[in-house]
Amino acid sequence: MKNDPEKLLRYTPSERANHWLTAITFILLALTGLSLFHPFFYPLTLLFGGGVWTRIIHPFFGILMVISFAIMSVHFRQLNTMTPADWQWMRHLRELANGDERNMPESGKFNGGQKLLFRLLVLCMALLFLSGIVIWRAYFSFLFPVWAVRLSAVVHAAAATLIIGLIIFHIYMAIWVRESMDAMLYGRVRRAWAKQHHPAWFRQVISGDK
Amino acid sequence: MALQSLDIIRRSATTTPSPRQRRTQEVAKLIDVSKCIGCKACQAACMEWNDTRDKIGTNHGVLDNPMDLTENSWTVMRYSEVETSRGLEWLIRKDGCMHCAKPGCLMACPAPGAIVQYSNGIVDFQEENCIGCGYCITGCPFNIPRLSKKDSKVYKCTLCSDRVAVGLEPACAKTCPTGAIVFGAKEDVMRHAQGRVADLKSRGFASAGIYYPKGVDGTHVFYVLQHADTPGIYSGLPKDPSISGMVSIWKGVLKPVASFALALGAFGAFFHYVIKGPNEVSKENEKEFEDEK
Repeated sequence: MKNDPEKLLRYTPSERANHWLTAITFILLALTGLSLFHPFFYPLTLLFGGGVWTRIIHPFFGILMVISFAIMSVHFRQLNTMTPADWQWMRHLRELANGDERNMPESGKFNGGQKLLFRLLVLCMALLFLSGIVIWRAYFSFLFPVWAVRLSAVVHAAAATLIIGLIIFHIYMAIWVRESMDAMLYGRVRRAWAKQHHPAWFRQVISGDK
Repeated sequence: MALQSLDIIRRSATTTPSPRQRRTQEVAKLIDVSKCIGCKACQAACMEWNDTRDKIGTNHGVLDNPMDLTENSWTVMRYSEVETSRGLEWLIRKDGCMHCAKPGCLMACPAPGAIVQYSNGIVDFQEENCIGCGYCITGCPFNIPRLSKKDSKVYKCTLCSDRVAVGLEPACAKTCPTGAIVFGAKEDVMRHAQGRVADLKSRGFASAGIYYPKGVDGTHVFYVLQHADTPGIYSGLPKDPSISGMVSIWKGVLKPVASFALALGAFGAFFHYVIKGPNEVSKENEKEFEDEK
């Protein structure tokens, strides 16, 4: 059963909704953004009613994603502070990628990789938001000198590339680590999964303070 | 090809080559600032031919009218009073698209075919393909394209590509009463400009010269300036215009590198899965929580 109360609650319904709103708007932004970035992706504009509509809606999707992500990042920020143990964890990435988890330091609700990803996402989101405002020709570009618009175009493209890469990685991790998608889809995870991947968090939950 | 004179050699947001089989004669327009009397006939002729009408503005106490290029005013006369070594000079420059050989607008444009360059050198906006993003404004080294508030498309001087296609000169050149605007084959126009510079020099304008910026591989509109060493005094004509380094990074290096890196990331992830297999809960942990399933 997906919602078996025996399983451990990892994400509340509102956390899940918040995550998926961010995820959906991100996908829409990536598709519309890529289509205006390289001619190779321009046919993607057909998914959004053509080039003009793609240009019109992209920034509005952006506003929605930034709001949604801002709520999420404030909510999760304390769980995402890097500790010395997390940096230690990061040093074993190569072993982990090869499927050897014996030497991994125990991680809490989020491991070092997840925390670092979170921090990079916050950085990219901030850069995308600020540069996006400057290159939003319909409402804002005329407020800025041309050098700022040019710089922002580069920053926007570079930050977008980085964040799309990070999200490809994020999605792959959700696929690679079996059952982790269940946590974000249904909220709960099996105890075996929790003990395997987040032992410190597992003990904390089992010891009573659910 | 419908019209040989309008063969397209470069097309925005297009990665494959455009037809190169034929080369038509390159054209050019010379604006001889030393001959201009500032009558604005060219401005009127431009509006007349292209059927654009700007809003009636307000008087700002100067001759400039309108004060800047707009989506309806593709050329404007810019007047400046400058103290030079020769005393007070009244410099009048007809501003508008320079039709760069290497156009920054075309490089920046993300919409396939919204900006084209004909083999005769004219850079033209195809408004029906324009998506209104304004990237051309970001890319242009001369601050020329203007975004219309009415239809969110950009407009600028076409060098009367429709007239040129049928062997006519641009409306501004046709109407200029002093012969300050000269249109023709690029070579001929350049030779004429050189003659004008020699004449000016012989009459005491030691630093007279042709404004033909090399940073954009030359242009198809050029000026004869009395003071070519200081183009800035002509209402801010840029000294060494070129496509901004930022635009080159954005539209040059970043596009292929970023696309390739992302593709590599996606394939890398897939192959990691296929080679290393998924990360599953260990047997010991499964045994410990056998009741759970």
